[in-house]
Amino acid sequence: MTDFLLRVANLCKKELLAIFKDPASRVILFVPAIMQSLVFGYAATYDLSNVPYALLDQSRTGASTELIAHLDSTGVFHRVATLRTQADIREVIDTEKALLVIQIAPNFEQQLGAGQPAAIQLILDARNSNTAGSAAGYVSAVVERYNAELRMRAGAPPAPLTVESRAWFNPNLETRWNLLPGLIAALSMLQTLLLTALSVAREREQGTFDQLLVTPMSPLEIMIGKALPPVLVGLAQSTLILLVALFWFGIPMAGSLATLYTGLVFFTVASVGIGLSISAVSANMQQAMLYTFVLLMPMMLLSGLTTPVRNMPHVLQLITMANPLRFAIELVQRVYLEGVGLSTVWHNLIPLSIIAIVTLPLAAWLFRHRLV
Amino acid sequence: MSGFRTRLVSLTRKEFRQLLRDRSNLAIGILLPMVLILIFGYGMSLDVKNAPVAVVLEDASPTAHEAIAGLQLSPAIAPVLLGSMHEAEALMRERKVDAIVRVPADFSRALAAGNARVQLIVHGADAGRATIIQAYVSGALAQAAVRQADRGGGSTGADALPTGRVTVEQRMWFNAANTSTWYLVPGLIVLIMTLVGAFLTALVMAREWERGTLEALFVTPVRPVEILLAKIIPYFAVGMLGLALCLLAARFLFAVPMVGSLLAVVLSSMLYLIVAVSLGLVISSVTRNQFLASQVALIATFMPSMMLSGFLFDLRNVPTAVRVIGHVLPATYFMDLIRTLFLAGDVWPLIWRNCAVLVAYAVGLLLLARAVTRKSLD
Repeated sequence: MTDFLLRVANLCKKELLAIFKDPASRVILFVPAIMQSLVFGYAATYDLSNVPYALLDQSRTGASTELIAHLDSTGVFHRVATLRTQADIREVIDTEKALLVIQIAPNFEQQLGAGQPAAIQLILDARNSNTAGSAAGYVSAVVERYNAELRMRAGAPPAPLTVESRAWFNPNLETRWNLLPGLIAALSMLQTLLLTALSVAREREQGTFDQLLVTPMSPLEIMIGKALPPVLVGLAQSTLILLVALFWFGIPMAGSLATLYTGLVFFTVASVGIGLSISAVSANMQQAMLYTFVLLMPMMLLSGLTTPVRNMPHVLQLITMANPLRFAIELVQRVYLEGVGLSTVWHNLIPLSIIAIVTLPLAAWLFRHRLV
Repeated sequence: MSGFRTRLVSLTRKEFRQLLRDRSNLAIGILLPMVLILIFGYGMSLDVKNAPVAVVLEDASPTAHEAIAGLQLSPAIAPVLLGSMHEAEALMRERKVDAIVRVPADFSRALAAGNARVQLIVHGADAGRATIIQAYVSGALAQAAVRQADRGGGSTGADALPTGRVTVEQRMWFNAANTSTWYLVPGLIVLIMTLVGAFLTALVMAREWERGTLEALFVTPVRPVEILLAKIIPYFAVGMLGLALCLLAARFLFAVPMVGSLLAVVLSSMLYLIVAVSLGLVISSVTRNQFLASQVALIATFMPSMMLSGFLFDLRNVPTAVRVIGHVLPATYFMDLIRTLFLAGDVWPLIWRNCAVLVAYAVGLLLLARAVTRKSLD
């Protein structure tokens, strides 16, 4: 038993040295994780903060000016052009000068004064349908506020119904709050998977793997020795991203570190298992990298990181059952934001364990049977 | 000149053979685009449909029922009637529902008095989705209230007032149905071009550097330019194959309209592919080892072109520093270009501007690749 531990420890030490002896790979494994979590943390927002708009005010009355003043006072809308005719609309939208054009008809104030509904036209650039939808929502909200003011001025009672809205787990509904916990799992998987896939493939390409096989080490020992270092690298990367989320972005963590790391350990072991299996079936580094990539992209896209799993068709939801990232992201987000314990998220550990239990012995088996 | 051509042809033929011999190359050239097309077209969607929303009616009056009925009309929301707040909160904790609408016991009385309140609690873990649900629920309830007020006759006095209300008529240009598939599928072309171009090239060149076969080539009469060109051509071909697959899928599988000209789409994609391939060449010449090249290519291409190019998050709304980083990426310009060509049409000022930037990148990166490759001869 002590022999076993000693051999594994020695192989681990050697592997860690192989990873970290090159200063460039030391940098590449840790700096990007921090940089990416910072940049993506800032990039990830579906909120609008800057909406360039163009105004075509054919009414030019007190009422239309007042309505537009409401829009300008939000600080989100910036008027970039004042149009003269309807024909000008196409140009500002087409060239992306303005995200939207507000057109106010000549009879706007008369209609309003006559107690009729007065429509304003909102023309949106929906090349990014998400942004367009949000912008339309913002304009509607401004218009509703203006309507409420009109009613009040006219002495009418305020709107008969108000909706009091509150958000659990993310009071200001910031996209960043759910993206960063997701990145804790996603970013570390990208690099550790590649690192693992290359570890055996490189040795095979250089011929040192055969030498490893003639040592007294068993395939199990080789596998553990190969698996542990990338697991450690993956956990270290996750920790860095966790620190960025906690201390740079100040996203409060509701759950316990112990639960979070339990999940991360299961997840990292499962990803390393996949990496080792790729490594074992690849003849050289290039193949290992390409196969990793072919797996990685669908795994990222079907993980729920950028678009919710619930929106996927049933068949694809079934496919996500084989994706460790999907379960890791769900687990990390829930523990981090909702503060749930293992009793709630334990079921996410099952698929992760199954993936590990299948891939690790498979890799060990492939190591041995490749020689023959 | 003829020497140049024969050398280039035979080198290119060798590269093609090398490319075709290894099945893993074809996996990234053909299999990956096909898988991605299916995922992007069917799997990725930011549209909210049938989101489960718990409705707790503490007031069982017909008025309250009617107010809630409006929720059923919205395709975004699937209301589930529950008996108690307790039950609803439990479902929300399990994330089985996305929101809770609570109609308090005094609702109908309060509505008659003109100050009814409805409580809405959304699950904030997915902020984007929660915001949309919030808007839908508030909108549906407000409409229901207006309907009831209207039916109540002039009793509330609202109709008698000398003021109307402003309504918004919105028109979504370029994507009238406002489906996210229409903007995700053109974005896919950017991703595939980046992957095939930069990742594959970076890897293959790095391999030659690592094994020293590139130095071996340098001692032959071939010139660095010829080697680079021969390396580029096969991956360029694979990239164009990916483009063809994407275009066919966009047209026939997802019926995404292509308002602009096909020629412009193909030409600009070729231009971007040159940029991506050159980027791959630079990465491989700088790192000269497969491990680093693949890590750098992964970090420099995949995540940034997804997160920072305007593909998901609109660059107009991010902090300046991130916007600057986004505008350093060539993918951002191609994203703008391809989306415009697909959905808006041939907007020439925009096409020229973006193409000019891409040409500058292509020339700059190719010169850089050439410079870094030549240096090794010393």
